[in-house]
Amino acid sequence: MTLTGHTSTRKMLYWGSHYLMIAAFVIFALFPLYWLLKVSVTPNDILYTEGVRMWPSRTTWENYTFVLTQSNFPHYFMNSVIVAGTTAAVTTVVAALTGYAFSRFAFRGKVIIVALMLITQMFPLVMLIAPIFKILAPLGLTDSLTGLIIVYTAFNVPFATFLMQSFFDGIPKDLEEAAMIDGNTRFEAFRAIILPLTLPGVAATLGFVFTAAWSELLFALMLVSSESASTFPVGLLSFVSKFSVDFGQMMAAGVLALIPACLFFLLIQRYLVQGLTAGAVKG
Amino acid sequence: MASIEIANARKSYGAVDVLHGIDLDISDGEFIVLVGPSGCGKSTLLRMIAGLEDITSGDISIAGNVVNDLQPKDRDIAMVFQSYALYPHMSVAENMSYALTLRKTAKDKIADAITNVADILGLTALLERRPKALSGGQRQRVAMGRAIVRKPQAFLFDEPLSNLDARLREQMRTEIRKLHRRLGATSVYVTHDQIEAMTMADRIVAMHDGIIQQVGSPVEIYDHPANIFVASFIGSPAMNFLEGTYETKDDNGSDGAGIRLSDGSLVSVLPADGATTHQAVTLGARPEHITIVSDANSGLAARVDLIEPMGLSTLVHATLAGKPIKIFTMDRPDYAVDSTIHVSFDMEKVHVFDTKSELRLPPVIEPHAPLTE
Repeated sequence: MTLTGHTSTRKMLYWGSHYLMIAAFVIFALFPLYWLLKVSVTPNDILYTEGVRMWPSRTTWENYTFVLTQSNFPHYFMNSVIVAGTTAAVTTVVAALTGYAFSRFAFRGKVIIVALMLITQMFPLVMLIAPIFKILAPLGLTDSLTGLIIVYTAFNVPFATFLMQSFFDGIPKDLEEAAMIDGNTRFEAFRAIILPLTLPGVAATLGFVFTAAWSELLFALMLVSSESASTFPVGLLSFVSKFSVDFGQMMAAGVLALIPACLFFLLIQRYLVQGLTAGAVKG
Repeated sequence: MASIEIANARKSYGAVDVLHGIDLDISDGEFIVLVGPSGCGKSTLLRMIAGLEDITSGDISIAGNVVNDLQPKDRDIAMVFQSYALYPHMSVAENMSYALTLRKTAKDKIADAITNVADILGLTALLERRPKALSGGQRQRVAMGRAIVRKPQAFLFDEPLSNLDARLREQMRTEIRKLHRRLGATSVYVTHDQIEAMTMADRIVAMHDGIIQQVGSPVEIYDHPANIFVASFIGSPAMNFLEGTYETKDDNGSDGAGIRLSDGSLVSVLPADGATTHQAVTLGARPEHITIVSDANSGLAARVDLIEPMGLSTLVHATLAGKPIKIFTMDRPDYAVDSTIHVSFDMEKVHVFDTKSELRLPPVIEPHAPLTE
């Protein structure tokens, strides 16, 4: 009895501390989001007067109504959806094709291309803004969503390619060879057999690129000057004026901006779960 | 069904030559087994027939048409992979019907074909399952079914049984053989397992270092290996090899020829064609062609190293003239380790190989002519 009692106490301690650590981490990660939400529903007049409280004594939706009806925010929001959505789609297509080539083919210059793609990741972005502006300006691509999409795609393709390549590497070559013998061309085999098995990879890449483009501020700020082509991170700055910061409205806009990212991950989370390839080959 | 002709086919990866001019004619309905150690080029050759590898030079024809530049899909062949390569996101039925669907076969015909093949392979109850939910043996059958359904010109098998356990492998071996008899399909089967080669092949193609070493029926290859490589690769337990020098009756006064081993003992052999006195030769004797004799005068002394009971038979490991040998016996010997036994060689069955070229030097008069079918 003492022995089993002893082990069960140890087990409880083990799992207890386990969950405690997870809980601590979750709280740490989600607290800023909670604070965002809290400030967004706090009326302006008590924001500074109540001191630090976990929940305000009164709540209001007026920050949200203001953001949605009186500000340019819906417009910024749409711009962001267009930029992030297109960037994610284009990048994923390019990365899937490139990643497949890296994974399956041996070709001249492969090592050099991989090295070049890695090198592009080494430069601090700030260094590149001026040259990129210089390139885009004569093409009429500054102050335009297309310009932003091109820049974001260019910056995200290398990493997305390596990500996709690792997913393709995990799928046995035999599968598309079997499909090619069954009557597919290589591209058909890629589309009909390999791509469905890489959906988790595609989802992960889409998610990664979408969030990166959605929250990008530096280029959006530097390459776009007009209101009409601003994305939402730039728009958030409009709540900061020379003399004051409209924290309530800013936070409300922030909460709203979280929604598409959340929705997006909700949609793709099914594919993020791995294990679709199990049973393809012995294992 | 169709014949396959391979004419001087070569394969190189850059400066590395993997296949050095392969010539092989496979007749309609034949079951050919390509056998050899890993890296001998057998899988590469199979993949070249399938169209999964380019041919560096030479020609491969299926049913009389050169297919060098045809895509795999246009060669009308089916292949069973070692990994089975089942499409994980499709059910068993979808896996098997995939090729037919791509060929736009009518739906009712596909259904008929699937029912029929599933019946032959005992897969009827599994048709709706995904590969993930199948055992290794069942996956293997689905892979077979996927190939059969298509009624291709030829079947290619790339070590299809190596992922199965021993018992299942034995069972599938027989099944594939029966299936072949039933369908009469031209088949090329790659394996590194010489037992599979022996039991399944109409003809064995023994390969080593990208070169065909010998082509022949299993019995022919077993009884008359062309060289030391084939002799050592085919047969389990493997053939014993003892190096020595060739002697004719002028040297030892007896009638016939013999091989003088390193310890000075002499093993009588049939006079070998092309062997000259004092030539360095290698004696090749299968374990079943060495007999343990009770009479010390009629045998060579060997020291027992290990007794290995195998149920049906017993394998005696011993040392003769400083070399390890294996002796196969149906008796139940109980020699102590390190005791001395006397062994004699069946002079009509042992082989003489030229040590330098490793080629077999056949007897001037073959005591047992090669079997031909």
